[in-house]
Amino acid sequence: MLFGYEWDLSSPLAFAISILPILWIGLTVTIQATVLGFLVALGLGLVWAVLKAAPSRLISWPAKVITEFIRDTPLIVQLFFLYYVLPEYGIVLPAFLTGALGLGIQYSAYTSEVYRAGIEAVGPDQREAARALNFTPAHTFTHVVVPQAIPRIVPSMGNYLVSIMKDVPVLSVVTVLEVLNVAKIVGDRTFSYLVPLTMVGALYLIMTLVASAGVRLLDTWLPKQGIPLK
Amino acid sequence: MNDEPIIKFDKVIKRFGDLTVLRELDFTVKKGEKVSIIGPSGSGKSTVLRILMTLEGIDGGIVSVGGEPLWHEKGADGALVPASEAHLHKMRAQLGMVFQQFNLFPHMTVLRNITEAPVKVLGLSRKEARERGEELLELVGLADQAGKYPHQLSGGQQQRVGIARALAMRPSILLFDEPTSALDPELVGEVLNVIGKLAEEHDLTMLLVTHEMRFAREVSDRVCFFDQGRIREEGSPEELFTDPSEERTREFLQAILD
Amino acid sequence: MHWTEYFGPLMEGAWVTIQLTAYSTVFGAILAFGAGIGKLSSNLAIRAISIAYIEVFRGTSLLVQLFWLYFALPLAGMAIGIDLRLPPVVAGVLALSLNIGAYGAEVVRGAIAAVHKDQHEAGRALNFTPRQTLRTITIPQAIPEMMPSFGNLAVQNLKDTALVSLISLGDLTFRAEQIRNFTQDSTTIYSMLLVTYFGMALVLTAMMRTLEAYVSRWRTARS
Repeated sequence: MLFGYEWDLSSPLAFAISILPILWIGLTVTIQATVLGFLVALGLGLVWAVLKAAPSRLISWPAKVITEFIRDTPLIVQLFFLYYVLPEYGIVLPAFLTGALGLGIQYSAYTSEVYRAGIEAVGPDQREAARALNFTPAHTFTHVVVPQAIPRIVPSMGNYLVSIMKDVPVLSVVTVLEVLNVAKIVGDRTFSYLVPLTMVGALYLIMTLVASAGVRLLDTWLPKQGIPLK
Repeated sequence: MNDEPIIKFDKVIKRFGDLTVLRELDFTVKKGEKVSIIGPSGSGKSTVLRILMTLEGIDGGIVSVGGEPLWHEKGADGALVPASEAHLHKMRAQLGMVFQQFNLFPHMTVLRNITEAPVKVLGLSRKEARERGEELLELVGLADQAGKYPHQLSGGQQQRVGIARALAMRPSILLFDEPTSALDPELVGEVLNVIGKLAEEHDLTMLLVTHEMRFAREVSDRVCFFDQGRIREEGSPEELFTDPSEERTREFLQAILD
Repeated sequence: MHWTEYFGPLMEGAWVTIQLTAYSTVFGAILAFGAGIGKLSSNLAIRAISIAYIEVFRGTSLLVQLFWLYFALPLAGMAIGIDLRLPPVVAGVLALSLNIGAYGAEVVRGAIAAVHKDQHEAGRALNFTPRQTLRTITIPQAIPEMMPSFGNLAVQNLKDTALVSLISLGDLTFRAEQIRNFTQDSTTIYSMLLVTYFGMALVLTAMMRTLEAYVSRWRTARS
């Protein structure tokens, strides 16, 4: 029994059906962690991107080193660090928040590059045109650069959303009860890993296929809103 | 030069989607003949070469090379069936092509560009292929460039390598698809010189699609004016350039020579 | 236990991590070429298998794959009467290779498809068979295109090896966990762990850059 649901081991199919509600609870946690992690990655990535683009090397260089460090070290170790080290300095976060924060931090290193690439792709000719029209730098950025950068940024961000979702199972190391962890516990208790782990694989396949279709839909929808891609 | 046609197009049809590029084209080339094909862009002249090189299939009619169908072969019951890859492979051995964009292999040195196919396809030893390759580089005037990569050469030099590469396969028919169109004007001459020398000194059958009218006149035995997927007019360079009988030909020549 | 004493066990783990990375990067590259080229094959069965492999391993999570191979596969084997129990190191290398190979396959496919059609035509005009064209013309030109992505994937693979600690394989992360359980000195041990991974990633990146320069040397030759 888990979360108040009993399982039925009479046949693989009965087993699969009986643990669906249990996996569903894990899946909702997976989705929550994905969304929260994604939001952190979007926000923090923007901060990194701005710092890395700073005119002063005193700011841009450390930002570059930090994001490179984040990008080159495993999520699982970063999670351990957040989970076991922060409390030593009096910062105690619930496991779920630690996990989502860790995901967000890891992916902020990637999203910062997406922002940078998106903004750099708006060529100097656009900036020169804006200067020729005597736009202020702020006006140029908000009205010329950003509208053109967004369509380049959106598809990449969509892909990172899917990647984040696939990394959520790592959160099980800090006791988050996401879908893989739940399936593993069911397996541990019934000594039957095959059905729950295969179901998690299938669920992931469905979710990534749906998410990829969503990203593609966005790719066709955005141009229709007058925002051309690429 | 004997009268046996080495290339024969018999009512050949070629379409790209809704566009018909060749409309029942009849066209023959004799062994050893040097034929230039001229005409406005989109008239199907490059398509003729690409069909011969088996880069494009056909939608109707028969193309024969050396008396044998190119895009067809005899099936079990003797009837013609679409050619298999093996048949095309056999037929391609008679043909070589020089491309507008040179199409050299950027990751191979000049010499390797020339020796790779003789080794891999004809089964020559590396040593034989290298000796032959060096001779050919001598012929096109690039003996000192053998170790360079294509991007280190000028366009004219690259195209001369392209010619040597095609010759290395010892084809009996050499196809030139606008060989100087991608070149800066000052580099055209060196390539035309090489082609002219080949035309003079070898009994190769040559088919040349070009916009260089003066060159076509010097080098060809016969010139064909292509228009809208057919040969509108053909004849000796003398006839065609000085006294074309068709109004379309005259218009075209006037436009291009002005 | 003084913090300098952590080095011994950590280096032992680092060596396991290096081996895991090396093996799974090499096997992953083989799978990537197989499936990437397979996806472009004209043979329907080969194409279907390649696509299914790529979609399944890109579409599910690495940890799910690792757990499935380690915990579920033996049970699947038992059901059909075959012993499919894998030692942790085999399950680990297998999961890492299969996962990175699926991502690499898309890189290989993309780079091969990006080789200009002029090159195929030249190959055909010189009477190369399609297989010869692929081997002597297309792939050598596509490899430099793949290298930046392969560099990223290699670092990704290095990071992913940390997950095998969860099936009790004695890699760097596993050793660090053991020390932490023993000493409770979280700050020191995890800082050392992060720095070690960072250092290994920098070395790996430099190695991949060197390899990239080597396979692209024809592009950069000066006259």
